[in-house]
Amino acid sequence: MDEIGLSVKNLSVYYSDRPAVKNVSLDFAAKQVTALIGPSGCGKSTFLRSLNRMNDLIPTSKVTGEIWIKEDDINSPSTDVVSLRQKIGMVWQRPNPFHKSIYENIAFGPRYHGVKNKKQLDQIVEESLTRAALWDETKDRLHHSALTLSGGQQQRLCIARSIAVQPDIILMDEPASALDPVSTAKIEELIGELKQDYCIIIVTHNMYQAARVSQKTAFFLLGELVEYDATDKMFTNPQKAETSDYISGRFG
Amino acid sequence: MAQSFERQKAKPHVTEEWVGRVYTLLCIFLLVATIFSMVYFVASRGLTTFFGDGVNVLELLTGIKWNPEGEPAVFGALPFIFGSFSTSILAALISAPLGFCAAVFMVEIAPRFGRKYLQPVIELLAGIPSVVYGFVGLSVIVPLFRDIFPGQGLGIAAGALVLSIMILPTITTIATDALAGLPSGLKEGSYALGSTRWQTISRIVLPTTLPALLTGIVLGIARAFGEALAVQMVIGNAPHIPRSLFESTSTLTSAITLSMGNTAMGSVHNNALWSLALILMLMTFIFVFIVRWLEGRSKI
Repeated sequence: MDEIGLSVKNLSVYYSDRPAVKNVSLDFAAKQVTALIGPSGCGKSTFLRSLNRMNDLIPTSKVTGEIWIKEDDINSPSTDVVSLRQKIGMVWQRPNPFHKSIYENIAFGPRYHGVKNKKQLDQIVEESLTRAALWDETKDRLHHSALTLSGGQQQRLCIARSIAVQPDIILMDEPASALDPVSTAKIEELIGELKQDYCIIIVTHNMYQAARVSQKTAFFLLGELVEYDATDKMFTNPQKAETSDYISGRFG
Repeated sequence: MAQSFERQKAKPHVTEEWVGRVYTLLCIFLLVATIFSMVYFVASRGLTTFFGDGVNVLELLTGIKWNPEGEPAVFGALPFIFGSFSTSILAALISAPLGFCAAVFMVEIAPRFGRKYLQPVIELLAGIPSVVYGFVGLSVIVPLFRDIFPGQGLGIAAGALVLSIMILPTITTIATDALAGLPSGLKEGSYALGSTRWQTISRIVLPTTLPALLTGIVLGIARAFGEALAVQMVIGNAPHIPRSLFESTSTLTSAITLSMGNTAMGSVHNNALWSLALILMLMTFIFVFIVRWLEGRSKI
């Protein structure tokens, strides 16, 4: 068994008492990419958002169950959400760079976690951009606005931004669905490289993408986890009829 | 019979289009004509002071003595200009942080309570007649200042305080809209990096919405600048530059409202008041241009 990065036990999420995720238990391996697939509204994004407690921001939501990182249940009320989110980065469907320079976008996180030294910040910025395969394109214009970058570059900037705070886990919510095919390919390539160091959990609508980038795949339907297995097995020999129907495009 | 798509005058929707176009054009024309005639009227009167009555422009703008009925008559409007600027800017300084914090509370901290109860209350402030503000200022703020500080209590401080309450709705409403219009992805992006709410507000929300917030402040200043009645009731109306915030002084608007009725149309004094009105109007234009410029910069 691979090392476990994140372990979810009996997780349920409710929006105003309406269940969106029902009693899901899942183990995510460290240094692997896990894809969450399923039709729209199946709860996969909601599930993802509860992993770094982003659902806390929605007043009507309620999350029950346990989410274990090593010895800590991060879903317990006593968790320090702010330091938790440093350990779990997140990337969204639409790139959301801050309205600041490229440099400041990356330095934002580290600076508020106590890195004051200019040299150290410079180094973090360079390393993060390099890891996100964006350094060569941006090194001459680090102090230009991040909004001058293309959509694909902005998305890689957002990945670099989350790497900069040195997380263990990176959550990605359809990170390439707003991008063109070339940018998508770059993001996928990047995900492949990042999995050497991070536990990556990615929500995607694109099953080819799930097949390309992930080692494990979880299929959600109507808020429930239907099937969870190694990706190649899921796509060639799914155990459940629903999974097979969805993957072969019969619904969803 | 095949339907003809050719435009014919007799078709009802063609006539309708035409009527609508003429009607809207007429409304626009009326508006533009009103604005132009007002500008023309104020400018022609206001400029007569300089070109007809021989008062020096610089003297009017920089002179500190205002004695239009004296022998010789002196027209130094600097005290009024100073009074107008100091009260409105001071009012904005008091109101801006209050308005911004109120907006943050309503949007970020207690959205449901804020939207439902606080915003209507603050917008209510905008509907209170200015004479009520002036009256409250005169019966509450002025006596309070008189007890605490040396002087009569009338002056810039009282004027600025009254104005700051009057412009609070403007600043708060615009700040609320700006905060609510911020893409939620930006805030989530900040939270996801492990920022606290305070860091998110001060480092992401505030800088991103700054142009819009400044627009609110400038509109607030513009409103304060043009407010006459409430200021006139608490400012003291002495035509000199005060040595303290609690000494009687005057603003452009209060000078105009106070004397306009007592001067003969066409007299130098009357024309000089029109010159003050011209200054007010030009300042309003400048404020509008600043707002336009800021709006051009706020591409959220």
